[in-house]
Formats: sequence, C-alpha cells, structure tokens
Amino acid sequence: MSEHRRDGTRTAGQRSSALAGRERLHPDRPEWAAGDIPPHRRPLPLITRDALTVRTARPTHDRLAALNEERHVGTWTPEVARLREQGAAIRRETLPDLEKYLAQLTGNVERNGGVVHRAATPAEARAVIERIARENGVRLAVKSKSMATEEIHLNAHLTAQGIEVVETDLGEYIVQLADERPSHIVGPALHKSRQDVADLFGQLAGDEVSGEPEDLASFARTRLRADFKAADMGISGVNFAAADTGTLALVTNEGNADMVTSQPRVHVAVMTVEKVIPRFADLGVLIPLLCDAATKQRVSVYQTLLNGPRREGETDGPEQLHLVILDNGRTKALGTPQEEVLACIRCGNCQISCPVYRTVGGGHPYSAVYGGPIGAVLSPLLGERPNQDSDLPFLSSLCGACYDACPVKIPIPDLLVNLRAAHERRQPAARTARAGWRAWALAWRTETGFRATMAGARLAGRLLPDGVLARLPGPGRGWARGRALPPLREAGAFRRWFRRQEESRDRDRRQG
Amino acid sequence: MRDVETDAGAPPRPARVALFTSCMADLAAGGPARATVEVLAAMGVTVELPRGQTCCGQPALNSGHPAEAGTLLDRWLRIFAPYDAVVTPSGSCAAYLHHHLGRLRAPAPEHRALVERTYEFSQFVMAYGSGLRLRLRGSVTYHDSCHMARTLGERRTPRQLLGRIEGLEVREMAGCDTCCGFGGTFAAKFPDVSVAMADTKLGTAAAGGADWLVAADPGCLLHLGGRARQAGPPVRTRHLAELVRDALVPAEVPA
Ligand code: SF4
Repeated sequence: MSEHRRDGTRTAGQRSSALAGRERLHPDRPEWAAGDIPPHRRPLPLITRDALTVRTARPTHDRLAALNEERHVGTWTPEVARLREQGAAIRRETLPDLEKYLAQLTGNVERNGGVVHRAATPAEARAVIERIARENGVRLAVKSKSMATEEIHLNAHLTAQGIEVVETDLGEYIVQLADERPSHIVGPALHKSRQDVADLFGQLAGDEVSGEPEDLASFARTRLRADFKAADMGISGVNFAAADTGTLALVTNEGNADMVTSQPRVHVAVMTVEKVIPRFADLGVLIPLLCDAATKQRVSVYQTLLNGPRREGETDGPEQLHLVILDNGRTKALGTPQEEVLACIRCGNCQISCPVYRTVGGGHPYSAVYGGPIGAVLSPLLGERPNQDSDLPFLSSLCGACYDACPVKIPIPDLLVNLRAAHERRQPAARTARAGWRAWALAWRTETGFRATMAGARLAGRLLPDGVLARLPGPGRGWARGRALPPLREAGAFRRWFRRQEESRDRDRRQG
Repeated sequence: MRDVETDAGAPPRPARVALFTSCMADLAAGGPARATVEVLAAMGVTVELPRGQTCCGQPALNSGHPAEAGTLLDRWLRIFAPYDAVVTPSGSCAAYLHHHLGRLRAPAPEHRALVERTYEFSQFVMAYGSGLRLRLRGSVTYHDSCHMARTLGERRTPRQLLGRIEGLEVREMAGCDTCCGFGGTFAAKFPDVSVAMADTKLGTAAAGGADWLVAADPGCLLHLGGRARQAGPPVRTRHLAELVRDALVPAEVPA
C-alpha cells in the first residue's frame, strides 16, 4: 500500500471513501514500524535501542503498565481458572492429529456450501485470494482484522493488483492510515494516543477533528459505512473453526466482522491451521476465556458464527464463502516441544504482561508481524524465510509473566529457552559465543578452573580502573552501559572469610 | 534427614547443611552468602561450604547452551549429594534447580530428592528458624524476583520472614513482581532496555518512600544497586539475608 501512496496514483482510481484523502497523510514513524517490514531488518539490538527513543515509547509503556495493573494480568478468578484448564486441554486436543480435524472441518464447510482452499505458504495464500478477487471482478475489499492476513502481507499484495483494501476495525484502520503494522494482536493501535489519532484523522479530512473518543469513532464509522456497501469482497480472519459443524467463529467488539462477512458478494475467511477446534460446544469455553484474557470482558459485544454462504430465502450473507487454511511453517512444529505455541488463541495477554514489550513501547521494535512473547516464539517458526527471526527469543528477560498471563497455559519461557538453543546451534555467527561457553563449562567443571576465574576477576578488579573494565570485550561492556560495575577486586572474598571462620571455630573447639 | 534439635511443631532440622553460594556471590556479591551463614549460625545450624562448587549452569541454559548447563548441573548434583539440606541466597538458582532438572536431565529419584531439599534462604529460615529474634527499625519494600516468584512459586515466605522482624514496616510497591530487567545475559545483551526496566522499578520503589528495596536474588540486586549507584533514582538496595542478619537480636546467654 505504501508504494501506491508514494507514487501518488491512488487518488485518481479512489473507490474507498474511508481512504479518501490519503495523499494528505504524512506518517511519521520509524522505518521498522512500517506496514511492510523491510527485508533488510536491522540487527535486533539496534532496533531496541532506537525503539526506546521513539517519542511514543514512554507514554505507551505507561499506558500498558497501567493496563497490566488494572487487569491483574495473570491472576485468574476461580471461574476463569476453571475455564483456563478446560481451554488449555481443548486447544491441545487437536494437535496430535491436526489433519484429521482439518479434514472434518473441510468436509463440513463444503457441506455448508463453502469452498475450502489449503495454502502451504503465504505466496500460495495470496495467489488463491487474488484469483478469487479476479474471478469476481473485485475492486474494493473490506477487511476485518486478521493477523493471518498480516502474516501474508495481503494488503500490500492486493493493492499492488489494483484492488483497494480497507481495514474496518477501528484500531486497524488507524494503523493502516499511519502505514504501520499492528503493534498489538488485539489492540493494533494501542501505542497511539487519542491526540495522535485526532491528528491523523485531521490530516485525512483536511480539517480539524476533535479528540473525543466518540467523535473519533463516529468519524471512522461514517467513512467506513459507504465502503461496507460498496465493497465487492469481505476478508476476515477466523478465531475458531469448529470441526464438527464447519462453523467459523469471529469475535469483535465493533460489529465490523458482521458487516464484512454479510454485506459484500464474496467472503474470504483466512485461518491458520491451528485454529480448528474439535467441537462447536467448545466455543462455550473458548470465547469467554478469550474475552477475559484479551479485554477482561465476560464476552465480547459481537460473536459472529458463520455456517456457509447465503441460502435460498435468507435475507443477507455473501453469495460465496471461501475458507483459506494457511500453514506457513506451523505443521513443522507438530510433534516437537514447540507445538505448544499452536495452542495460542491470540488474546494478546502475554504482550500486555511482558515488561520488555511494554518498555520498548509495543510490538513494532520486534520488526516482525507478531511482537512480544508470543511473537518471539511464533515468528521463528513462520515465514517464507523460516528462522529469519530466530534472534527474537533473546529479547526477553525470561521473567515468566507471559506464562502466568496465558489463558491456555503455553510455557512461553521454556519455549524461548529452547529457541535460543536452536538459534545458537544454527547460527554460524554464534560459533565464537558457543566456543566461549564451551570453554567456560570446561573451566568451571573443575575447582581449579573456577578458582582461576575468581583470581582473574580479582586481578582485573585491582589493576584496571572501571573505565577500562567497561571497555573490555564481553558482557562487561553491555553491563557498564548505565550500571556501576560490581567490585571485582573482592571476587572470592566470601570463600576466604568462610575459611577463616571455619579455622577459628576449629581452634575454639580444640582449645575448649 | 537426621533429626537434631527441632523447633516445636517444625519438621526435623537437617543435620548437615551445605551452602550453595551461587557463582555470582563468589565472583561479585559475597554479602548475601555471608549473611546467610551468619543467620544460620544464629539458628544454631553449622553450614558447610562444599569446596568444589562452582555454578549450577543457569547462565548457560538461558543463553542457549543446554549441553554446557547440563555439564555443570551434573557436577552440582554430585557435589551436593552428601548433604541433608542445601541453602542458597539466590532465589533464581533455587528456581532453576527445581524447574530445569527435569528439562535438562531425566533425573534419578535421588537427584529429585536432592533438589527437593534445596532451600532458598527465606524458606529455610521460616522452616527452622522460629527461635530467632529479629528486630530492626525502618521500612522496606520487597521486590519479587521473577524466577523465585513464578518458577519457585515463592511470594509468601520472604514476606512472612520480613513480617517477623519487629519494628520493620513493609510497604508494598506497585508492580512488586514486575521484572527489574536483570534477566542474566539479557542485562548485557540489551543494556538499554534492561536499564530502562531498572529505572521503572527503582522509580516505583522510590515513590513508596521505603528506606530499602529488599530482594532475595543477588542478580536483581547487582543490577538494581548498580543502576541506582550509577545514574538511576537513589534507592538503597539490600539482600533479604543481609537485612535479617542486621536484625538479629543476640540470644540471651543463660547465666
Ligand atoms: S501465547 Fe497465550 S497469552 Fe499470548 S496471545 Fe497466545 S493465548 Fe494469548
């Protein structure tokens, strides 16, 4: 979408009313927050350093921290704790035989009149959706927020084909205008203040827009309404797909999913393989659990349950319903400890609970579609270039707040540790680090080696001033950025004190 | 475990108790280890220091080197096997041993049992130190170290111990269990993020106006104390063991 804005050709062919005036927008955001992630990702440490200095980082941190406190992320009332146990079990039921459940789902969706497509890669998924759009002469598509379509960079692809795509979720609409990717799974624009949004809408309208939440919402609503009517295609995600009935469940608070799936002629739902659940009845557990974890609601305002396209005699619904089931590397994780990540229900609770995510001001600095703890475990498994984000699992202090916060009990810290090991095994650049750790273990498995380390530290602490110590290669350098170095000249002092105590005790005993 | 003099109602007190100092205490922060020995001595427990101990392997595992971690874990299990109890002033090492033994190794029952009798400092004092008299004037705020709170599940015991100190006021801070940003090698790998997290923690601690920020993990304290000294909010930090040692009231010697 950004190319189109840059070459300025969009206004002529403008069909969307929600996007009218887009040429007036001048997004200010770091490159790594862009809607399309630049392929030349900078190394992670640089990104995070930059992230902290971005204007919005601190206010976002404060907002998220307050939210974390308010919601007691990670503390579950007894009723929700029960749901959590049930939900965790349901989400793992399908994993040992995912294909069976997908086949059952496919059969039932087809029986309901839908068309099912399987896509192994993002390219395949894009091609399928493009073909559906072409066959139906689609010029304008409305979309309800879907991380799966973010994952395949669908907007950029369709826009390049001359198909306009409008995000209809308020938060997603905001980040689309700002040409950013979502910075949180559930609250894509939660890094933006009300004033940021008012400024953005103001630029779009070429006029001042009030920063009152109601006014902002009604501004978006008015602009989106015409698009719902004009759109030829609706694109949605899928929160859960029930294998036994072929029902697609969508959970929203704004009702936009209802519009997207009922107004246009064609509805394309994009789900990733793990979204299949065994039974329709499981929704009774999973939807309240998702709502509680995502927004601390008992239930969201809208639950959209779809059972195929419009039938004879029905007043609304699309003429065609297509379900695209995307793999994108996920089934590779099946049967490994990492398969746990496929239990995720995308509530975003782990992100809000994560102090690193909060500190860097949301998900953008991860420079991947999914930020935060879940992103750090999921991203390395995905993509047309798998492992490209394999350094992400290091961007965590392993504090474990994400595990407490996860409604389906995914042991994220353990998975992060596994992925760190996988990264270290694979990376040629990590060879020196690996050799270092090997030498370390070799030395510290003997008493002499450990004593030598203590003596070395003591000597360095005595001979070298802190300024020099801080510049030596190794972890000391990072440590010294902002923190006083520990008194290394006292290395081993405790052991010497202990021996003296022991000796004097022995002496006393002998004399006494 | 052999039965030596026992507090009324308490489980039998282990006879041979080993101190696991943690490599960090040996290299950079000996204070908590020393205080642990002194508090245990006041309880009448003689602590032994197994000479060959080095490190449990936690830093290697967290950095993505499980093989190296396993090497040191095996050694740890061998060295501490002869003892009836192991006490450590490092909450995260205790948590690591409890949680990762089964992840790194298919542990023999005796290894499980050894880890079961490995105590974080406050756990041991609360289990066997009911005879201690503790008094200290001042106010503290307690920082929950992540691994201790979430992996070891130990939030209550250190607070109970603080509660036993007469004259001490405990002021809970907002986000007491939010990570301080240490995270082992994370602190050196992402210094900017790590320091920003420390500033948040120190800021909330300072806002509460307590005299000391107390924690039960030398790692957090090295990081928070180092930050406070360098440039952060001026907050004084202290290890729980050191605070308890400071609060010891000498037992009256019967005439
Ligand atoms: S990993 Fe757990 S907490 Fe995080 S988004 Fe998924 S379900 Fe929610």
